[in-house]
Amino acid sequence: MSIAEITFYLFAITTVTAGLFVVVARNPVHSVLWLILTFLSTAGLFVLVGAEFVAMLLVIVYVGAVAVLFLFVVMMLDIDFAALKAEMAKYVPLAGLIGVVLLMQLALAFGVWETADGVSTAANLGAIERGEMENTAALGMILYDQYFLLFQLSGLILLVAMIGAILLTLRHRQDIKRQNVLAQMYRDPAKTMEIKDVKPGQGL
Amino acid sequence: MSADLNIILPEILLSLFAMGALLGAVYTGKDKLALPILWATAGLFVAMAFWIGVSGDTDRMAFGGMFTDDAFSRFAKVTILLSAAAVLLLGQDYMTRNDMLKFEYPVLVTLAVVGMMTMVSAGDLMVLYMGLELQSLALYVVASMRRDNLRSTEAGLKYFVLGALSSGLLLYGASLTYGYAGTTNFAGIIAAAEGDISLGLLFGLVFMASGLAFKVSAAPFHMWTPDVYEGSPTPVTAFFATAPKVAAMGLFARVVHDAFGGVVADWQQIIALLAVASMFLGAIAAIGQTDIKRLMAYSSIAHMGFALMGLAAGTAAGVQGMLIYMAIYVTMNIGTFAFILSMRRDGRDVTDIAALNMLSKSHPTHALALLVLLFSLAGIPPMLGFFGKLYVLQAAVDAGLFWLAVLGVVASVIGAFYYLRLVYFMYFGTEGEPLDQAMPAIQWVAMVGCAAIMVLGIVNLFGIEGLAAAAAETLVR
Repeated sequence: MSIAEITFYLFAITTVTAGLFVVVARNPVHSVLWLILTFLSTAGLFVLVGAEFVAMLLVIVYVGAVAVLFLFVVMMLDIDFAALKAEMAKYVPLAGLIGVVLLMQLALAFGVWETADGVSTAANLGAIERGEMENTAALGMILYDQYFLLFQLSGLILLVAMIGAILLTLRHRQDIKRQNVLAQMYRDPAKTMEIKDVKPGQGL
Repeated sequence: MSADLNIILPEILLSLFAMGALLGAVYTGKDKLALPILWATAGLFVAMAFWIGVSGDTDRMAFGGMFTDDAFSRFAKVTILLSAAAVLLLGQDYMTRNDMLKFEYPVLVTLAVVGMMTMVSAGDLMVLYMGLELQSLALYVVASMRRDNLRSTEAGLKYFVLGALSSGLLLYGASLTYGYAGTTNFAGIIAAAEGDISLGLLFGLVFMASGLAFKVSAAPFHMWTPDVYEGSPTPVTAFFATAPKVAAMGLFARVVHDAFGGVVADWQQIIALLAVASMFLGAIAAIGQTDIKRLMAYSSIAHMGFALMGLAAGTAAGVQGMLIYMAIYVTMNIGTFAFILSMRRDGRDVTDIAALNMLSKSHPTHALALLVLLFSLAGIPPMLGFFGKLYVLQAAVDAGLFWLAVLGVVASVIGAFYYLRLVYFMYFGTEGEPLDQAMPAIQWVAMVGCAAIMVLGIVNLFGIEGLAAAAAETLVR
């Protein structure tokens, strides 16, 4: 057994086990931690098949942002997970049935997978010479070079969305006081403050 | 890359102008700058139209066939830019009067125009969708720009929800087409769609045609048009009725000829059906309307039916007829909307057609100009509108669609009724409260100018016939 195979089985077993624990863990915080382990070992699997960009994405986006967000939500919201779990037990047979049906459907679909005549798969993407390029660079070539026009047009669409949101919702209220940073910074103590010498027993 | 950028230079300049104007206005005078920006936008549109009009006669492709610059796209772009400039200037007075002139308006119109220019140049399903969404999104926003007005917000929301639905249809068709052709490039699709096409590709074609029919507001995908036209601010309605229609028709022609040019018989019947439904629905449903903006909405549905008739012919002559028809339609609409924008009584805007009663007494010149425009819209012989109809009917007959041409003539006769009814009101109606006298110079010039074009154009159509023929030639190979 080569090192690659050993690593594969290691990551694969970790992924499946951690995934199982996400579901069965009693403490929801533990569930999220198991989820993070699932993501990390999946990232390892992606590295093994040579998709290092997706692996990076998984670690940075899912572990770094999404899972941590989950963690915060789970810790901050006061949800009685035990009650939810008890409720869930009732539906296990039905859920199992749906799962089996879905699995059968997927198997059926893949069993009779056919490609239409005259289709050269991914005709556009094939135009990029892979060569020695890493797939991050290859993705960059497609996104920022081959699809440059589309990328810029999407940018314009987002700009329109932003202008539209502001135009349709922003109201300038006249009856509130606004902070003027420059006016605050240029306030001169000599002009705005007056020191009075109050004599004892006399007052102002 | 730099050669590619050179080809999309007009679009780049317009986008940069929009961004620059936005930044400049946000950081300085805000809405005080709206008027200068509006004039600068209109000026830039005209300059761009001139530039595109005179720049070369070569067919060029950019970004690996995603963006096409040929005679067809240039013809459509010049029409779009000139009509957008005219409509911007026409609406300026109305916007200022109703305190609606925000600096975002010309910026959004510019971005919408960039979207339209992308649409007519699309050489790829993805570019098609991007252009369409850029255009539509900007239009949804300007439709509901008068946000304190219930009608305007309703128009924007209705347009947005139904537009999203049509985008869904279009995307579903595009994904099927991609799945069965293996590429999103039109050049690849036309190679795959040859002879007896697969069922999947046919479904893709039908769904895409439905999505595009929505954008040109052809029946039975027209339901949004009357409400949106009525609810939007009138300058925005004038914009909706002109440039976006040209862009959507251009895109339609591009998809059916550039991507599905090998299977004309498959889409011919769909478009012929759309054309017949639109012509009759537009002609019959307009009869009961009392609001002139709603009436113009049904009128535009009927006119789209005629333009689609040219497309249904599936020949170069048909595309030429469609382009001429669209150019004439846009001119007629600019003239008519110039009048609608000036319809006021006691300082308040009115859109009721009863306001036209005895217009000939109070405003003889306006009544005469409107008479010419309405005759032209109805397609009554001495006016230019008749020649537009003649071209598409001729193309349909030449392509063997005799039944379609006959139905077109019947629908045109039915439709003439409500245009003539307006003329009747103007000249023989009951005496009512007259409209206000004042009409801004720009609107007067546009109305009288367009009316003059309708009469003078019959000499040689101002030479657009040859240009349209050349444009159609590059599209239908």
